Amino acid sequence: MISLEVKDLSKSFGYRKVFEGINFSIQSGKSLVITGKNGSGKTTLLKILAGFLRPSKGVVIISLDGQIRKKEDKRKLLGFVAPDLFLYDELTALENLEFLVQVQGLGFNKSELNKKLEEMGLRGRKDDLVSTYSSGMKQRLKYVFALLNNPQILLLDEPGSNLDEPGLLLLDKIIEEQKKRGILVLATNDQRETKHGDEILNLDEQSFSVIP
Amino acid sequence: MGMKSSTWTSRVSALFLKDFKSELRTRYSLNALIMFAVVTLTAISFSVGMFSLNSKVKASLFWIVIFFSAMSGLAQVFIKEEESKTSTILKLVASAETIFAGKLLYNLILLFFLELIVVPLFIVMLGFSILNYWLFFSVLILGSLGLVCATTIIAAIVAKASVKGALFAVLSFPILLPLLVTLINVTNLASEGASFSHGLRDLQVLFSYAVVMFVASFLLFDFVWEE
Repeated sequence: MISLEVKDLSKSFGYRKVFEGINFSIQSGKSLVITGKNGSGKTTLLKILAGFLRPSKGVVIISLDGQIRKKEDKRKLLGFVAPDLFLYDELTALENLEFLVQVQGLGFNKSELNKKLEEMGLRGRKDDLVSTYSSGMKQRLKYVFALLNNPQILLLDEPGSNLDEPGLLLLDKIIEEQKKRGILVLATNDQRETKHGDEILNLDEQSFSVIP
Repeated sequence: MGMKSSTWTSRVSALFLKDFKSELRTRYSLNALIMFAVVTLTAISFSVGMFSLNSKVKASLFWIVIFFSAMSGLAQVFIKEEESKTSTILKLVASAETIFAGKLLYNLILLFFLELIVVPLFIVMLGFSILNYWLFFSVLILGSLGLVCATTIIAAIVAKASVKGALFAVLSFPILLPLLVTLINVTNLASEGASFSHGLRDLQVLFSYAVVMFVASFLLFDFVWEE
């Protein structure tokens, strides 16, 4: 049973305050949608949750079976997809995945990675350089990467960006599976995606609402 | 899915091999390093011409060529990640220690490769004589270690800055000055054929410098890399 707790979280860049005093807690099987205008801090909040941006104040606590996880362990529990997450253009899709599993210490072999690529409709282009991919294909590849580890917490920033209709259907499937596996946090203003949230955090008003 | 625990060294080597493969395809650093070294050596060779320089001047020129060639190439190891915006994915998959060690190893190999080109060219073009090879190779190895430890952490700092160009050399120079002075001294000794024991004290300084820079860089990297 995994839980994600945010206590009194604030972030400023220099003198510019992005948000302050954010508190929430999500348990396994639940999803949170973060909404807000452009510049309200949706991406910043997701980056703090992912652990590669330090908050100005407050803490993010990830617990697994009641045990608070250390920074190193948190990485293994997370999956992250965002528009400003980029894979290596000069490597092929398969080479990217091979590097990403090796550096994380995951033991996938080539055929397993091929299967993952096939599931996201990329098998035919697995040996092509990522620089030759369309933006939609790059987005699909990001999902392959994010789901490699069957993450307990999946953080998605504008999850449907650049995806075509079959891609969006795949995304719906990924979201439903994640809600069964653990925690889902989505940052979006898209009505099609906000419906996936059990709760909505609006960063403009710093208000919570529960979707009936 | 097969989960297996991999050692820290296999993760570091995965990062090193990724950088190596990327470099072979993009020639991001290699071309800059080689071109700078060859152009500088040629310019020095033509300008010096028939003048006979003493070994101290030649030792100084040798390390100046290495220093500025390194400045043009070694910083790319982090700048490339920032410019291609892949540093985010790297932060997601690897710890700061793994990243630093992988990048350090990559820079070290790159510098050794540079020296492999510069040393014979320098000997041929400037008539640089080495009479004590053991001392010369010891100083080359220890000097490279110190140079790489210092420049890798500076490269990480510079990669975050908006104006990267001259910043790398400006930040590196005061940190590397004591190293360069010692390197020139010992290289001069090796060129004049001094005994190994004669240069031992300077080699100890070089070793200590490399150890201090390695430990300090390793401890600081987490703070530099995270934000």
